[in-house]
Amino acid sequence: MKKDEMNEQIAQIDKAMRLGNEGLSDDQKAYFCDQRPERIDPYHGILERFANWARAESLWILGFGTGCGAIELRPLMTSRYDMYRYGIQPRPTPRQAGVFVIGGYASVKTMKRIVRSYEQMQGPKFVLGLGSCTINGGMYWDSYNTINRLDHYIPVDIYIAGCMPRPEALLAGFNRLKEMIKAGQCDGMNSYAENFDWYKKNQKQIIKHWNMPDYNW
Amino acid sequence: MMKDIAIKAGYTLISLFVITNYGLLLGGTMARVRAKVQGRIGQPVWQPYIDIIKNNVLRTGISHGVMFYLGPVFRLAGGLGTYLFIPAVYGSLVFANFAFSGDLLLVMYFIFFGQLGMALGAGQSGHPYSPIGVARGLAQMSAFEVPFALSVIAIAAQYQTLSVTEFVALQQGGILNWIVFTNPLATIAAMISFLGMSMGNPFSIVIAPQEIPIGPPTEMQSSFLGMLQTNRAIFNGAKLVLFMNLYFGGATSVLSMVVKTFLIYLYTVIVGASFPRFRADQSIRFFLGIPTLIGIAAVVVQMI
Amino acid sequence: MRTQLQQVSTRFSITLIDELAPERDDLLFVQVEKDQAVPFLTWLQELAGYTHLVFFTAVDFIEEGYFQLTYMVHDYSTHQDLAVLLKLDREDPVVESIHHLWPHAATYQQEMYEMYGIEFPGSPRLHDDFVLEGWDDLPPMRRDFDTRQYSEDTYFPRGGRKSRDTAEYMKEQLYPGEAETW
Repeated sequence: MKKDEMNEQIAQIDKAMRLGNEGLSDDQKAYFCDQRPERIDPYHGILERFANWARAESLWILGFGTGCGAIELRPLMTSRYDMYRYGIQPRPTPRQAGVFVIGGYASVKTMKRIVRSYEQMQGPKFVLGLGSCTINGGMYWDSYNTINRLDHYIPVDIYIAGCMPRPEALLAGFNRLKEMIKAGQCDGMNSYAENFDWYKKNQKQIIKHWNMPDYNW
Repeated sequence: MMKDIAIKAGYTLISLFVITNYGLLLGGTMARVRAKVQGRIGQPVWQPYIDIIKNNVLRTGISHGVMFYLGPVFRLAGGLGTYLFIPAVYGSLVFANFAFSGDLLLVMYFIFFGQLGMALGAGQSGHPYSPIGVARGLAQMSAFEVPFALSVIAIAAQYQTLSVTEFVALQQGGILNWIVFTNPLATIAAMISFLGMSMGNPFSIVIAPQEIPIGPPTEMQSSFLGMLQTNRAIFNGAKLVLFMNLYFGGATSVLSMVVKTFLIYLYTVIVGASFPRFRADQSIRFFLGIPTLIGIAAVVVQMI
Repeated sequence: MRTQLQQVSTRFSITLIDELAPERDDLLFVQVEKDQAVPFLTWLQELAGYTHLVFFTAVDFIEEGYFQLTYMVHDYSTHQDLAVLLKLDREDPVVESIHHLWPHAATYQQEMYEMYGIEFPGSPRLHDDFVLEGWDDLPPMRRDFDTRQYSEDTYFPRGGRKSRDTAEYMKEQLYPGEAETW
């Protein structure tokens, strides 16, 4: 009797912890997971330091130009700036990428795709906000269609101010990001998992036509 | 008996260790060569190591089912199988691997095997671009196997053997005994098909990052990708060693193996740096055209 | 061209507007009534040689109370541009669709429905999302829509923002002390 009650309670809690996926039709719900992201503890001691060193020295950018700032990523690959020296290279799919560079302003329509891509990246994942628009909206601060603060929707590790920042500034930002990763300060993945409800609330406030799962694996 | 097996296993592990590291370093070096062609400095030579370490220490990984796990495993088995049946260094006990008479046919099969396994894994990932990449890869592979098979038939008829070790043995004793000089037609056909096998430009349509994001491994991440990268190093090394053994007189020491395979790889990189990418149909037409004719000519010359 | 248009001016009740582009010979502005717009555009496309729709857009004249639609058409044989202007009542923004003349006009119309709320009955995909997905407010390009207020309500503005007059600020920065003497 008591065991049954406990099992029932566990089942109820489990159901409450599951995601609703209200934006999906019943057919689609079968295709997507309804689990929340979970906090995954880092390794300890020297192992984590070694892992962080490897993560910092091999930054794979997601090749998704989300705004006008993406134009600054192209010169980085050319012979003049050559980001490959620092172990930075572009990667065409979110599954394999580790760094998401938000290139300048993000309209609501793009924000939806940014959220999806960000959630599909494998942790630890880092976000680099490029340009003033990601900080406070920049010159589009009073626009009806562009977000003002990126850090309300996904965790941001580092911002590069400017409109547009030069590729040199971008490289400096990447190097600063490397230092931060090596020091173990970049844990956006876990902070996203811990503050998942807050991030989702903000995202749903601006993305009104929510026709995707609540958490995209 | 047990002692022999243990020694052989030890030798095999040493041989695998060497070829893995050699393949990784070769990949890093060639990335630098490509960078120099483009006027860049390029990534560090040890960058492939860091990438593999990073991919293996990622905290999360998404699986799509059993086949998704087995895809990279098959690919790795294909790479290992290719390498383990080729004698890497002629006359060396450590690098003799499991060569036996007739191993050439098995090796040719293994080159195909990995891609087929990958097709299953990529299929289960459910990503629409993966099957496109796999279809392109298999089509192109079937195309470049034609000149390669013809070339192998020609040299097998010439030397009356199907054992890689015997090929190397018959080519010893001077540079003019190499098949590249005794049977240039077969070598040309095989070296053109090697360009397709190494999947660099102009035959990089399989992974074409700009149109089908990276092709078959689109959904592969973290340790799956790490495994694929490790395999790429081994597989590259194995292919290079195979072509060195078949056409360029093999190697009698590790040093000569390094020099010869480096030059063969450099050839593909130079071709890749000079030519833009073929489309899938162009690439297949190319392989079934002149390289196949050269291969047929090589066979016909042997028949006469 | 001008004579040709003057000949049909009573037929389609159009008026030529000369003061809008006096310095260009190859650009003419024509005002057309709402019920005559599609017949006139059909005539332009089929008989007068204006086969290309360059753009189709709207401007909100809130003070006068109308939307001005601009159909810009182009004649490839003479390289003449012709802008057909149409005044549309803001209270009743419904106008005939021209997607049967130029299929790509459907996209312009889709955008205009989303940005201004102008209805084009029968236009394909008209009510589908174009840029704004799930927009539930006033159409944002209407001038009675307060975009700044909307942004402040919706997008979590970051405080501490300063705005400067660009010209004054540049004078101060580049020529300190001399600004008064200008």
